[in-house]
Order: sequence, then structure tokens, then C-alpha cells
Amino acid sequence: MNPKRCAACKYLRRRCPKDCIFSPYFPPNDPAKFACIHRIYGAGNVSKMLQQLPEQTRAEAVESLCFEAKCRVDDPVYGCVGIISLLQTQIQNTQNELAKVQAEVAVAQTKLSQNQNSDFM
Amino acid sequence: MRGHEPRSSSSCAACKLLKRRCTPTCIFAPYFRSSDLITFAKVHKVFGASNVSKLLGEVPEEQRQETVNSLAYEAEVRLKDPVYGCIGAIASLQKKMLELQHDLAVARTRLLAHSGGNNHVSPLDNSPELAAFLDLVPYSDLMLLDGSSLDAYLYDLGQPPFV
Repeated sequence: MNPKRCAACKYLRRRCPKDCIFSPYFPPNDPAKFACIHRIYGAGNVSKMLQQLPEQTRAEAVESLCFEAKCRVDDPVYGCVGIISLLQTQIQNTQNELAKVQAEVAVAQTKLSQNQNSDFM
Repeated sequence: MRGHEPRSSSSCAACKLLKRRCTPTCIFAPYFRSSDLITFAKVHKVFGASNVSKLLGEVPEEQRQETVNSLAYEAEVRLKDPVYGCIGAIASLQKKMLELQHDLAVARTRLLAHSGGNNHVSPLDNSPELAAFLDLVPYSDLMLLDGSSLDAYLYDLGQPPFV
């Protein structure tokens, strides 16, 4: 048994076994991290998700779950999907602007070559 | 006769999956129709029914449909990408945004060069030449500078249903 319980086992008020699936990712000095993830996903779901992943990817999975959980706490209606929508809108706006500027460049190039042709005549 | 809650004529997807009675006050029923078990199954797998119930209880009723839509989208993406979920999508979009901003800066520089280095970019918004050019090139044919189509890119990513 771990001499010091991980944040998850502390929160869940249980013993922290040596092979605790949470302990590598929820150190005891950051209780808010597990609290947030538990609030949105629940300990059981997080445990199942981690168990289904190769060990080397679990740290990344925990970080992304934490980020999404925090987004959901901050914005209960849209969560991180609000960020996706905003980025997609920004991308479309920037693409529109880029197309406009590219069109202006094309027109300017056409004018320039027309002027050059008329100079030769 | 023992008092009991009246049985709903048809269970919602949530109550069907959870194998329980669907009451008229069921919080899931307006948003998880019985014909769409899969959506609730995905949401339940990622978030858990009780967490979803709590989340819905925390938002005003008029925003619950939007909440369910975003939870369903997030669950779908998480199941497709169990490691990164929506964060993978956000990272890709941010990268694309940076690329576009770079391309826009390059294009603006080119435009300045063609306009003789003037700081004032010629106002071609009402230019007949520009209008004619844009008419010849439909938006759907305008591509990102790397040759990819923006619409295809967004489709692959799976645009949220409520945008």
C-alpha cells in the first residue's frame, strides 16, 4: 500500500493500493485536479477509461480529461466544444480574408502585367 | 393501492438503457428520445448518467438541449480518440489557425509589394475587377494554400451540430 494516498484515494476516502490506477497521475499535492475530473466524469468512468488505454498514453489522457472537465465546469452548457466552435468560426473568417487578399493580389498582378505590356507597345 | 409514479407511455433512451421506469418528470426524456439509444449510450459511457443528470440540473431549462448536444459531441469525440478527445481537435484547429494567419500575413505583404510599397492597401472591395475575379472562382474552389479544402477539413473534424 502507498504510504501516502494519492489525491483520488484521499478524495474517495479509501486505501491507496500499490497498483492504484490513479496514483501516477493524481499526486496528493493537487487535490483540485481529481475533484474536477470526478465531478464531470466520475471516478469509475475515469478508471475504466484509463484501464482501456496503454500505460504510456494514460498521462496524456488524464491531462486532456482534466482540461475538458475544467472547461465544462467553467462553461456547463458548451464545455470545450465552445472553444472548438469559436476556432472554427475564426478559421472561416480568416480563410475568407485570405481569399479576399489573394484575389486582390491576383488583380494587382494582372494590372501590373497589363501596364508592362502597354509600355512595350 | 400502493402509491407509485405513473408509468410513461414510452421510456426515453436513458430509462430504456438504465432499465428503469421513465416518469413524466424524467430529466433525460426531452433530450434523449427512445429512438436514439446510441447517443445516450455514448454520453453514459463517458460521463455517466448521474453526472449528466447533475449537469442538466445545474443549467437553466432553455439551455439543456444545447448542453446535451455538446455533451454528445464531446462523448463522440472522446470515444473516437480516447487519449486526446476534444483537445486533439482543438490542437489541430489552433495549428490550422496559425498556418492561416501566417499565409494571410504573406499574402498581405505580397499585396503591399504589388501596390508599390504603399502603406495604404488599395480599397478593392468595390472594384469591378475583384468582383469579376471572385465570380470566376467560387468559394468552394478556393483552397487553403497547402491545397486542402477548408470544407473538407471541417467535415473530417466533425463540425458541432449546433454551429
